[in-house]
Amino acid sequence: MPQLYIARSGQISARELDGEMMIMSARDSQLFNLNELGTLIWQAADGATSLEDIVNEKVCTQYDVERSEALEDAEAFVREMAEHGILLVSDQPIRAANHNQPPAERP
Amino acid sequence: MSSLLEEMDQRALERGIPLAVQFDLTYRCNERCAHCYLDHHDRGEMTTPEVMDVLDQLAEAGTFFLTFSGGEVQMRTDFFRVLEHARSLLFCVKVKTNALMIGKAEAERLRELAVESVQVSIYSHRPEVHDGITNLPGSLERSLAGIRLLREQGVKTIIVNVLMRQNLQDYPGVIALAKELGALFTVDPTVTPRMDGDRSILSLGISQADLREVFRTPELVGNVNEFCAPPKPADGETLNELPCSAGHTLCYISPYGDVHPCVQFPLAAGNLRARKFLDIWRHSPQMTAVRSIRARDLTVCSTCAHLGSCTRCPGLAYMEGSMRGPSRLDCAKSFARTGIPFADKLPKEQVELRP
Repeated sequence: MPQLYIARSGQISARELDGEMMIMSARDSQLFNLNELGTLIWQAADGATSLEDIVNEKVCTQYDVERSEALEDAEAFVREMAEHGILLVSDQPIRAANHNQPPAERP
Repeated sequence: MSSLLEEMDQRALERGIPLAVQFDLTYRCNERCAHCYLDHHDRGEMTTPEVMDVLDQLAEAGTFFLTFSGGEVQMRTDFFRVLEHARSLLFCVKVKTNALMIGKAEAERLRELAVESVQVSIYSHRPEVHDGITNLPGSLERSLAGIRLLREQGVKTIIVNVLMRQNLQDYPGVIALAKELGALFTVDPTVTPRMDGDRSILSLGISQADLREVFRTPELVGNVNEFCAPPKPADGETLNELPCSAGHTLCYISPYGDVHPCVQFPLAAGNLRARKFLDIWRHSPQMTAVRSIRARDLTVCSTCAHLGSCTRCPGLAYMEGSMRGPSRLDCAKSFARTGIPFADKLPKEQVELRP
């Protein structure tokens, strides 16, 4: 299976509330509440670290889960978030990973 | 409100988080609307670094929804720098503007920065009426041009139609305009007193009879039966409810750094040039006083039949003399909706929205 890389989209609004991320998609103003695990993956989505590494280094070290099952669940999660424009997913590292920064040019 | 948004609001309430903040960046404006409640002179606006610092503080405080308003926000030449900073902090940003200064580049930038929505007041589809209210010839044409550019970029745009005596008959034309432009439409039948307490502009508001008609117009209120339903009798739970979100999950910041519970509640709780936001939000006596009020503490309203369904605004009540007292503008609205007298027992002829 190819590696997956994930990055936070710049087209969202987000705030942490009680350790969980509240995220609104700019695409459709839909609001999402990520649980602790989803929040952990979202925060680790720097475009440079593979999803497998995120699961190995972040998820499996903090939660008592079987590695292959965690990776499967994480992949389903990131694909769903990508459908809503919240995460960018690629089989290559995603450059300019800080997608929270808007473009530099101004009117 | 979606259930997730309700849950978010409840969690913010329990933790004392100012989830939604309106930040007026300037009171300066290029229009002079007849019903405006503001003084448009610059009396010492916060500088760009001061504004940026306030945004950092709001992000730290947990604010999610941030509305930039004014005055006209684009009267500040740093507006897009401020907006960029706000979006880099991941606020869900809404912008209120008259759209006069929105050209192609500005519309593109608003799309790139993924603002949640842009709200524009349109008073009439007829230039002579709209421009008569804004006191700026050509303003309707220019505002509509701005809205078209926003819509071409796919920016969610909301047209707000404030109803006054001068434009009451024109809302069908504004609804048609909104449809043509692909904008959302919302109506506001309330003219509020000026922030300095001057109530003379209330004379521009629509009459009680017209308000009753507005509240029975499905195009404006949706389901009339639901909207005008008689209030349910108040029980113990109703009496323990909060009067509104102001000072609980909602806050307002003026261009001069004054912190108020809400845009319509001119109770200065502190100034950001002297104190940190969270210090004012958590510890000011004014915010504490606002938060202490429950429905049972309202001097007149706690005995009113409308208690459980009234849109009573504590800020308007404050401007009338007491944040625990009634807001006559809302008494009039409750009466117009239901026909049921309210606790103040004012004779009907006195229950006008006019002063």
